[in-house]
Amino acid sequence: MKKIEAVIRPEKLEKVSEALLDKGHHAMTVTEVRGRGAQRGIALQFRGKEILVDLIPKVKIEVVTEDEKTDEIVDIIKTYAHTGKNGDGKIFIYDIEKCLSVRDD
Amino acid sequence: MIDSGDTAFIIICTAMVMLMTPGVGLFYAGMVRRKSVISMITLAFVAFAVVSIQWVLFGYSLAFGPDIAGFIGGLDHVGLAGVGLDGDGIPDILFMVFQLVFAGLTLAILTSGIAERVKLSAFIVFGLLWTTLVYDPLAHWAWGGGWASQLGALDFAGGTVVHISSGFGALAAALVVGKRLGFGQETMEPANIPLTLLGGALLWFGWFGFNAGSELAADGIAANAFTVTCVAASAGALAWMGASWIKGKPSSLGMISGAIAGLVAITPACGFVDTMSAIVIGAVAGVLCYAALLFRLKKGLDESLDAWAIHGVGGFWGAIATGIFATAAICGVDGLIYGNVDQFVIQLIDAVVAVLYAFVVTYVLAMLVEKTIGLRVEEDEEYVGLDIAQHGESVRM
Repeated sequence: MKKIEAVIRPEKLEKVSEALLDKGHHAMTVTEVRGRGAQRGIALQFRGKEILVDLIPKVKIEVVTEDEKTDEIVDIIKTYAHTGKNGDGKIFIYDIEKCLSVRDD
Repeated sequence: MIDSGDTAFIIICTAMVMLMTPGVGLFYAGMVRRKSVISMITLAFVAFAVVSIQWVLFGYSLAFGPDIAGFIGGLDHVGLAGVGLDGDGIPDILFMVFQLVFAGLTLAILTSGIAERVKLSAFIVFGLLWTTLVYDPLAHWAWGGGWASQLGALDFAGGTVVHISSGFGALAAALVVGKRLGFGQETMEPANIPLTLLGGALLWFGWFGFNAGSELAADGIAANAFTVTCVAASAGALAWMGASWIKGKPSSLGMISGAIAGLVAITPACGFVDTMSAIVIGAVAGVLCYAALLFRLKKGLDESLDAWAIHGVGGFWGAIATGIFATAAICGVDGLIYGNVDQFVIQLIDAVVAVLYAFVVTYVLAMLVEKTIGLRVEEDEEYVGLDIAQHGESVRM
């Protein structure tokens, strides 16, 4: 099993979430986070003075799935969270050692 | 001759109306995204501060100076010349400051149309032009001896002056400044609905000072205005909530918006109608303004916080409703339902002219600012949000 962890633009969450649901990937955890990437935030110009907005609000979504579904989920995220500009985010994929349900005995 | 009772009453009403300005700020701030909450409240305070200074320097004179051609007041009271501590019932200076808080509030209402994207510096310039060239003439027409009052148009507390002007002004400004990035494609979740409800509470409370105080005396008409204000707000809240219930869950935002719609609609009428009419005026406002909001959404217009739907459309209905429901038993003038067609026609003319004037002049002024210094922030700044981009602050809620 794999865990797909994606940090994306908050305003894209709804589209990504809907698309995942459409394709039958129901389970997901969402966290509001702040962070910076390679561009170190967004630099705003004020009359020659530069203000760096270092940590930008993002959302992190985590999906745990079977190995063979991983590519499809990554595709969905890459399609629906994409703008083509700096700050679209990152996707990380981990191996899952074991997955248990709290409810089961 | 100064009446101490009237004076005490109007001083308190003035303070209550002032509280409506941050009330509008909070009302709006709860509905924008989290990144623009501080900006939204600040715009309301800045609007108030800018207009306050403009008002005592020359705005009051333009509105209430000696009439020039029915359009504008003369410059006799520039710098408050001749505005003294004596007066008829209440001190002249109290009348001036009571009118000041109205002017400040009106510009704050207009910030709906430019929410989350306006440049603060451009707003200050635009606001100064707007209050001078839109608000001051409209105040003069209705209350300063201008053509509307000569015609006999009734506007007790500012249906045309405050609400039509800011509502249609917000629509014009929204058209010039353009939609927010992502409008219509992304959900724009309200940052904090309790903030909006708190703002609504302050508005409802302040509105008692706004409407009852507009009598400028502590008397029976003021008490009537107070009563019909309360009833119309309640009717509006229930009507909007009921109308939206049919389509889904009755949201608290809809309920409080309906209350404001009712308050707007009763504003021009509150010195002229009785309590039973107020129920009808408020209820119709609730349904009508809700329909206007749905229409605005269907058209894809980003008049972001619905000043047009609530204040513009509600103000228009209120102006006409005054011509329908006015009763000689309260104010000596009858409306349409008591057989006086003339008053209805006068109200209609007054409202239509106010709509056209407010919309066209606001559009031109916004265009002027847009073409010179630019109304809007850069795309990156808008993305990060005005709190950080314009104020260097942010809020975690």
